[in-house]
Amino acid sequence: MMGVNFLADLTIKGKAGLLLILAILISLPFWSSSYIISVATITLYLAILGQSWNLMLGFAGLLSLGHALFVGISAYLAAYVFSVLGLPPVISVFPAVLLAILMGMLIGYLGFRFSIGGVYFALLTIAFAELVRISVDHMGFIGGTEGLFLPVSEGDRKGVDLINLRGHPFMFYYLAMVLAFLTLAGCRTLLKSKLGYYWQAIRDDQDAAQALGINVFRYKMYAVIYSSGIAGVAGVFYAFYQNSLFPESVFGIERSIEVTLGPIVGGVGSLFGPVLGAFILTPLGEGLTELIDFLKNSGIIDPKLKLNGLKLLIWGLVVSLIVLFKPRGIWPWLSDKLGFCRTEGD
Amino acid sequence: MDFWTLANALATGLLTGLVYGLSALGLSVIFGVIRIVNFAHGEIMVMGMFFALVMFRWLGLDPMLSVPLAAAILFVFGYALQSTVISRVAHLPDHMQFLLLAAIAVMIVNGSLLIFGPDPQAINISYSFDSFDIGENLIIDKTRAYAAIAAVAISGLLLGFFKYSRTGKAIRACADNYLGAQVVGLKVDHLYALTFGIGAACLGAAGCVLLLLIEVHPYLAPGYTLLAFVIVIIGGLGSMTGALVGGILIGMSEALAAIVLQPSMKSAFSFGLLILVLLLRPQGLMGKSVK
Repeated sequence: MMGVNFLADLTIKGKAGLLLILAILISLPFWSSSYIISVATITLYLAILGQSWNLMLGFAGLLSLGHALFVGISAYLAAYVFSVLGLPPVISVFPAVLLAILMGMLIGYLGFRFSIGGVYFALLTIAFAELVRISVDHMGFIGGTEGLFLPVSEGDRKGVDLINLRGHPFMFYYLAMVLAFLTLAGCRTLLKSKLGYYWQAIRDDQDAAQALGINVFRYKMYAVIYSSGIAGVAGVFYAFYQNSLFPESVFGIERSIEVTLGPIVGGVGSLFGPVLGAFILTPLGEGLTELIDFLKNSGIIDPKLKLNGLKLLIWGLVVSLIVLFKPRGIWPWLSDKLGFCRTEGD
Repeated sequence: MDFWTLANALATGLLTGLVYGLSALGLSVIFGVIRIVNFAHGEIMVMGMFFALVMFRWLGLDPMLSVPLAAAILFVFGYALQSTVISRVAHLPDHMQFLLLAAIAVMIVNGSLLIFGPDPQAINISYSFDSFDIGENLIIDKTRAYAAIAAVAISGLLLGFFKYSRTGKAIRACADNYLGAQVVGLKVDHLYALTFGIGAACLGAAGCVLLLLIEVHPYLAPGYTLLAFVIVIIGGLGSMTGALVGGILIGMSEALAAIVLQPSMKSAFSFGLLILVLLLRPQGLMGKSVK
């Protein structure tokens, strides 16, 4: 049902394109290197988070700059109960996601109850994320600034243990792919449901939506709940993929900004935009690193030159150019050009 | 904790807060007029710090003397940035403007990383370790006192400019009523660019002064961007006196938090304050209610 729905907007060309991409992704472990798999795993992970963030801004018009908070608290909870009680992530994912949702509800309740909108709402999310980061810094029992580490044994990286999320990098790659696909299909279902239309009405004109009898407060809360819930699932994945959590690298504002980049570059409010954005930005960053290394090794530029920062400098330039010249994002433009979609930018 | 520990901490906090206030003024002016949230705020200030560092290393110039130079250079930078790049995204939604400025911030951080490397660098001037001893127990660092005096002087100059000069009045007119300003024939684009330039010049000056107090490194910037947001929201976005009052408030509360709690907890205090202000008085302490 969901799957059929999901393809309805794509033209024949679009379906063929999607199939080709799926075939490439599924066969990737069989012909590429472990390095490419790790890049692809992170890309899929960011695509999931991009979808979650896009649900708030693109669907309901709520700008969050604290998404790392939902990912982080869920990751910490799952990692902590695993390392102390040995509780497998299959079980701990439920309390972890619940915690992320409760956090989202708290921020949402305060923000909407006191009608904090736009930039101010974004600052509220930053403030909460920073407060939690500093608090975790001072919580000795989950490692504080020293970090929280998951126990990893020698054999762990060979098998496939989905209950405990211990296994070969390929397992994480396929898991990320399944999660990304489920998120995409789920968001599509939400967007085309009554709920999705309420969200879009609120996004486009909150006062008009309210005048038509939509309970704005309630539906905004639903957006935050779904969004933080998806981020929570991604958080559990992150914890078991990384095996180490540090407050700065989990809750830092850079993480929250990273989440926003994919959807903005791909196209806010579209379904495939966040996925496309992740698949442009992550490989771009990695590709630049590789290119600089290559140029150094082949002697085209002096190997002794310290080029820390060059990669991100170029990366910032690319993002600025996209904002200036493709402000609606890459996906709406690309799908028009290639004739992938029936409805524009969807 | 005895009385003098507290008094010393508060005095230090007050003086640091005045420098914070000057920096926040740069953010407040830009938001108040152009309605752009400058996410590259701390980064532009760190450019000012690096400029003062280079001047000190090459010419032995005291950072206080670098202030006018840095202000002039960053004014040109800000003017050019607004008129060539930022003006082009004025019609885009908030999140696109945010992304552009965040990308500019990333470029500044990594550009300075490329040039200056990641290590913290400090300057050592003749009066670095001197202090004014007031009475027997109140000790104030000379550098901090000079920094605060410079910050107050520059802030005063700026407030005067906006209140009394024709250009200042014209800029305020743009902020109050964009359409009206255009109707009466003000060159709004030029005035916006001027405003961004003035905001950046503020940051250049604040950066030079701040170099007297702390070491500079590229990763310093994001923290100061957030700090300036906190200050400006608490004081009231767009209110110039609010930025100064917010700066002093945050400076003093950080100093207090550092002795009452732990130094590493001091920014938790600021963010807690930010949440309270957002919820209870979203227009800030000195801001006008926008309903």
